[in-house]
Amino acid sequence: MINTLFSGDRPQSRILAAILILIGLALAFAPFLFPGTKPLDTAARICIFIVLVASYDLLLGYTGIVSFAHTMFFGIGAYGVAIALSVMGPGFSAIGVGVVAGTLVSAVLALAIGLFSLRVKAIFFAMVTLAVASAFAVLVSQMSGFTGGEDGLTYRIPRELTPAFRLADFRLFDVRLDGRLLAYYLVFFCALALFLAMLRIVNSPFGTTLKAVRDNAFRAEAIGYRVIWYRTTATVLSAAMASLAGALLAIWIRYTGPATTLSMEIMIDILLMVVIGGMGTMYGAVIGATLFILAQTYLQNLMGAAEQATEALPLVSVLLAPERWLLWLGVLFILSVYFFPDGVVGRLRRRG
Amino acid sequence: MQAGADGHDCLRYSTQLPEIRAVTREPPVLETENLTIRFGGHVAVDNVSCAFERGTLTAIVGPNGAGKTTYFNLVSGQLRASAGRVRLNGEDITRKGVAERCDRGIGRAFQLTNLFANLSVRENVRLVVQSRANRGFDIFSRASAHVELIERAEHVLAEVRLIDKRDMPVSALPHGDQRKLEVALMIALSPQVLMFDEPTAGMSVDEVPVILDLIRDLKKDRDRTILLVEHKMDVIRTLADRIIVLHNGALVADGEPGEVMCSPIVQEAYLGKAPEAASTEVVHG
Ligand SMILES: Nc1ncnc2c1ncn2[C@@H]1O[C@H](COP(=O)(O)OP(=O)(O)OP(=O)(O)O)[C@@H](O)[C@H]1O
Ligand SMILES: [Mg+2]
Repeated sequence: MINTLFSGDRPQSRILAAILILIGLALAFAPFLFPGTKPLDTAARICIFIVLVASYDLLLGYTGIVSFAHTMFFGIGAYGVAIALSVMGPGFSAIGVGVVAGTLVSAVLALAIGLFSLRVKAIFFAMVTLAVASAFAVLVSQMSGFTGGEDGLTYRIPRELTPAFRLADFRLFDVRLDGRLLAYYLVFFCALALFLAMLRIVNSPFGTTLKAVRDNAFRAEAIGYRVIWYRTTATVLSAAMASLAGALLAIWIRYTGPATTLSMEIMIDILLMVVIGGMGTMYGAVIGATLFILAQTYLQNLMGAAEQATEALPLVSVLLAPERWLLWLGVLFILSVYFFPDGVVGRLRRRG
Repeated sequence: MQAGADGHDCLRYSTQLPEIRAVTREPPVLETENLTIRFGGHVAVDNVSCAFERGTLTAIVGPNGAGKTTYFNLVSGQLRASAGRVRLNGEDITRKGVAERCDRGIGRAFQLTNLFANLSVRENVRLVVQSRANRGFDIFSRASAHVELIERAEHVLAEVRLIDKRDMPVSALPHGDQRKLEVALMIALSPQVLMFDEPTAGMSVDEVPVILDLIRDLKKDRDRTILLVEHKMDVIRTLADRIIVLHNGALVADGEPGEVMCSPIVQEAYLGKAPEAASTEVVHG
């Protein structure tokens, strides 16, 4: 049963298995374990980014394709839901229309980019995705009547997913059973299903073929695989998954704008999460996203405390000021790449 | 019959071959017609017309840089011909891609080992079996659930004596084993035409017989057409039904092993250049 669910993809390391179970349990019971708005928000973001990072790993780690358009597909999914909710009003049918439309647009766009540019050199594909993603970001900010421009869109979601909705009058473990809780579990279970689907894809015959294409496209072709079709299909699947992650984000934060979905900063964050977790491992996405989002959210608090504790030491306290958190994130990244070149997962697996 | 100038034996044989075939044999499985490729000014394969019949093993010899590998690349599609045609079972495949030629039954083992280095030995072979079974786009089943594909892969691994190393990553395999796996990948395809490009090069003496036995078994299966580039003359002598000689990209001799090997053209073009390769290596029988 468990083996089928996880497609027989064993963690291959006790420590890794323990960490994954810990993260899984923490996310599953987050509303009860970490009460409060901010922790729940962090948990939901971790769920969404696990899907987003895993879908990028499908492309980068498993197929060996470098793309800079991943946030574009993430954005298309989010804007699909955002626009549908703005135009049609809050309702589950609007969400359905938005999800389907966004995923379709992403898939078609990915197909076009793939067929147009995957035939040639890898660097060309990377450049094309960069150009298309930049053009798309400009387009979104220009078409402000439709997309809200730089301000983005704020909209209402179905009442059943808001704090105003009461599921029951009593409290469970001191937690109110409201729409927000429902929204979290919607995000959690969708993310879980999408992650397991991707785990199945990489462990399928198709997934093995992707690895073959990554390792040696020349030989893959020589044993009968049309490499271009495999690369294109991987691009389309990965784009569709990123879109679905975007749709979850749009539902969860009830706002969609360039900064939360399309920015190059997020693209770089995704890259870092894949590399920190371990490319081509899927479980790396879980570790990478969790570590990174936690650091992003709590490093500033931690540093604020550290600054106060070191007030007496002039230079140290300046270095530890919360504004410097990006610097420290950079240091953490360099250290992690230096000590774990195959990511946390690769490192743990080698230890056995 | 008048034996003309030295070496004409081979040429005479070559020109007579089509007539013999027309009377007694079925049409060739593989045929190249005026096949030519130029790299800039350099003609690497020069107007090669040659036909290969079902159930035969043809050795292709020639000095380094003669164009043997390039000829293979033109047949299996890695290179596109500048002129001429390649036909498989009578059908023109000159414009077809590599994967399509593979589907139609052209198998290729490479001179320079060309594997999936980060995957295990078994996965390498399973990929081939899976391609053969047309399961590459199977997205939602578990690869490990396709027991019949895995069994077929393991069967091939047993044939090349790599079964004990099936779980090793290819990058950790010694060179000789990588050469065996290279051959295993082609055999797993079970193609109609098998092209071996120096399959035993770089193998230790005790590993060579495994490959030679394999080729011998494939030959017994009279459905296959085998092309073998090989430098070791005693290997050729025991396996080949026919030898063709390439020199500077051109086909200079074509005939039965005994005939071709004695021909002065071969002596000059090939054996003369590398006498040690012809006489040493590998014990007879
Ligand atoms: N892609 C290429 N571009 C330019 N020249 C090439 C290319 N491929 C092969 N050649 C040239 O064509 C000639 C034939 O090379 P080829 O590899 O076919 O020889 P070969 O008979 O297989 O030799 P060997 O016994 O060393 O394997 C060589 O001179 C080589 O340099
Ligand atoms: Mg060669």
